[in-house]
Amino acid sequence: MAELTYREAVARGIAQEMARDENVVFLGEDIAKAGGVFKATVGLLEQFGPKRVVDTAISEQAILGAAMGAAMTGLKPIAEIMFADFIAVCYDYIANEFPKTRYMTNGQVSIPLVVRCGNGGGARFGAQHSQSVENWCMQFPGLKVVAPSSPVDVVGLLAAAVRDPDPVIFLEHKSLYATKGEVPDGEIVDRLGVAKILRPGKDATILALGMMVPRALQAAATLQSEHGIDCEVIDVRSLVPLDTQCILGSVARTGRVFTVEENPRQLGWGAELVSIIADESFYDLDGPPIRITTPNIPLPAADALEDLAIPSVSRVVETIRRSLSA
Amino acid sequence: MNVLMPQLGETVAEGTITKWYKAVGDSVAAGDLLFDIETDKTSMEVPAVAAGVLREIRAQNGQTVAVGAIVAIVAESGDAPPGPLEKDASGTRPQLADSPARDSAEPAVSGGTSRAIDPYHGLRTPEKNFGKARLPGGARTTPLARRLALESGIELATVQGSGPRGRVVAADVRRASLSGGSANATMTSSEASPDQIKALYTSTPYRELKLDNMRKTIARRLSESKQQVPHFYLNADFDVEALIALRKEINKGGTNRVSVNDLLVKAYALAMQEVPEANVVWAGDRLLQLERSDIGVAVAVPGGLVTPIVRNADTRSLLNLANELAGLIARARERKLLASEYTGGSATVSNLGMYGVRSFQAIVNPPQATILAVGAAERRPIEAKDGTLRATTMLSVSLSVDHRAVDGATAGKLLAAFRTIVENPLRILL
Repeated sequence: MAELTYREAVARGIAQEMARDENVVFLGEDIAKAGGVFKATVGLLEQFGPKRVVDTAISEQAILGAAMGAAMTGLKPIAEIMFADFIAVCYDYIANEFPKTRYMTNGQVSIPLVVRCGNGGGARFGAQHSQSVENWCMQFPGLKVVAPSSPVDVVGLLAAAVRDPDPVIFLEHKSLYATKGEVPDGEIVDRLGVAKILRPGKDATILALGMMVPRALQAAATLQSEHGIDCEVIDVRSLVPLDTQCILGSVARTGRVFTVEENPRQLGWGAELVSIIADESFYDLDGPPIRITTPNIPLPAADALEDLAIPSVSRVVETIRRSLSA
Repeated sequence: MNVLMPQLGETVAEGTITKWYKAVGDSVAAGDLLFDIETDKTSMEVPAVAAGVLREIRAQNGQTVAVGAIVAIVAESGDAPPGPLEKDASGTRPQLADSPARDSAEPAVSGGTSRAIDPYHGLRTPEKNFGKARLPGGARTTPLARRLALESGIELATVQGSGPRGRVVAADVRRASLSGGSANATMTSSEASPDQIKALYTSTPYRELKLDNMRKTIARRLSESKQQVPHFYLNADFDVEALIALRKEINKGGTNRVSVNDLLVKAYALAMQEVPEANVVWAGDRLLQLERSDIGVAVAVPGGLVTPIVRNADTRSLLNLANELAGLIARARERKLLASEYTGGSATVSNLGMYGVRSFQAIVNPPQATILAVGAAERRPIEAKDGTLRATTMLSVSLSVDHRAVDGATAGKLLAAFRTIVENPLRILL
C-alpha cells in the first residue's frame, strides 16, 4: 500500500500495462522527454525506451491516426490528447473512425486503443482548455467513456481500458492530478461499467463523476452533519458502459436522485442518466430528479467566475437541502 | 454465380445494357470486362468478379433490367455443369422501388413483442401504472407515494401531504401506513376503542401484536365486503370419484404433478365461460362483464393471506395452469407478488380441504362477484340409482355471491355448470 498522487497513478497504471504486454505503446505531445505537461507520465521513457514511449508532433490528428493504425496492426496504443478540449481537433477519429471500424469491417478489424485526456476545469485555463467533454464522447455507439476520480481507480480503470478490445476514452481530471490516495501494491485491474457507492445513504442518491466526486462527498458530509440529510454518493466512473443496476438500485432505495455534473447543462451526461431513471424507475421517485451542472456558458478564466460556474460543494448542499425540505 | 445488375446510386432502380464484351461460352477472368450499362445518371463498365465460363446471358444489348436482377450466369471453374443455377435475384433481392411493400410483407419481429429494445443498454420500461399525479380532490402525489399507497392498500385521498406545495410524498404514505390512522378503515367510529377493549382484559395476560399492512388490508377490505356486499350462499355436494381418479392417472409416473385444486380452478374457469353473465365484477354504477376467466386462489402466507390470480385460467392447459399457480403461490409466500398479480380477476377459489374442513362460507373479494369455498373430499355413503347404498368420494362446495351483480338463478346455473364439469372431469383436459 502506498499513498500516490493521481498523476503518479497515471504513470503507474501505464507502466503496469506496458510491463505486462510489450504491444502496449504510448504516444503523445511531450509525454516522453518532458514527462507530460501535467507531469503524469514521468519516468516512462526511461523505463520503456523511445520505441514504445513516443513524443509526437503537435498534431492531434497525427496522434490519433497513428494510434489507430497501430491498433489495427496489432499494437495496443495509449494516446494522449493533452487537453480534452483538443478532442475537437481530431474528432473525426473519435466520432467516425474508432467506434465504427469493428462494425464496418464485420469484426475483422478492432481498435484496441485508449485515448487519455486531461479533462475538466478549476485550473483557470480558460474556455478552450477547461471543458468537461464526457458528453462529446458518450454519444457514439462503439466508444467507451471512463472518468476516474481517485488514484486507485486511475490505475485499475486504465488497466481495464488498455485490456478492452475496443476504443476507450479515458478522461483524467486536470484538477485532481495533485490529489492523493492509497493505492495497493501489485497489479490492479478494475472493470469498465461498474459504478462505486462511496457513501451509503438513505435519503437521496448523488451521482457524480471526476472532480465532482470529492465535492459530492464533501456535500454529503455537510448535509448529514448540518441538516440531517443522509445522501448516498455514487461515483459513476464509467459512462459507457453504464452501471444502470447500481444506479437504479440506489434510486429505488432513496427515492430521490441528484446528478453533479461539471459539463455544461445542455445535454450533459446526467441528462441521459436522468432519462433512464425516469423511464425505468419512475415509481421509485419521490420527487423530481435534479441536475446540478455548470451552466450553459463558456468557462471563464477568472478564478472567481470559474468557481461560480462549476458546481461547488455549497451549491450541491444548498440544492439538495432545498429540494428535500418541503 | 449470378451476375447482377449493379446498384449505381441510391435512387437508381434500373439500368440498360449497352454492350456485351463476352459471348456465351467464353471463358472469363476476374477483372475482365463483361458488359457496359447505362442509367439515367451514369454509364459504366462492369467487370467479372470471379473467373469461369459465361454460361448464359439473360439481358441482351439494349435491354433494361431492374437493379439486382440477374443479367448473366458465370459458371465458376469447378462449378457443377449448368442447370437451373440460382433463383432469379429479382425474386430474392429487394428492389428499391418495392421496399415499402417488402417491409409490410415481412413477419413482425419475434411475434408479438412490440417493445423496442433500448439500443443504449437494453433497458425495459415498466408497464405498471399507479395512477395519476393529481388526485380527484386536487392533491398532488409523487410517483413513489402512489406506488407505496397501492401496495399497502392506503387510500391516498385520506393522506395529508407534507411535501413541497402539499404534495403527498412517500414519507406521508409510510407514516399513514404505520399509524394506521386516517388511512385505513380497520376501526370505524362505532367500534370500541383499543383502550376500551384492553380494559376488558386487564386481568388476562396478553401480548399486543402490531398490525402490519397485510393485516390492515385484510381487515379493511373484508369489513367493507361483509358490510357493503349483500352476500348469499349456494351449497352443493359433488361426486368427485372420477376427478380423483383422473388426477391419479395424470400424476402417474410424471414429474409434473397437478393437485385437486388445480383441477377445480380450471373447472371453475370453464364454468364461468359457460355462464358469462356470472363472469362480472361490480363497478359501482355499472357491471363489467369479463371475457376471460382470471381466477384468484386464496393462499395462506405467514401473517395473512393473498389471492394471486391465474390469468386466462380457462384457456391454459392444465399443466400450464398448475405450474403458473405453483409459481404464484411460491412467490406469494415470499411476499414477492407484484400488485398486478393479485388485483383484478373474475372470481376467487378458496380451499380449506387440507384442514379437514367439510364446508364453509367465504367472504366475497370485491369487486369480484363470486368466491368458491372448497372443503375436503371425503368418502360418504350415497344412495345409488337402484336404491342401494354405495360409498363414493364427495366434495362439499359453497359459492358466495354478490347479489348486486349476480342473482340466485344465475349463480345456480354457474354452480350447475361447475358440477357438470367436475363430475365429468375429462372436459377439464380439453
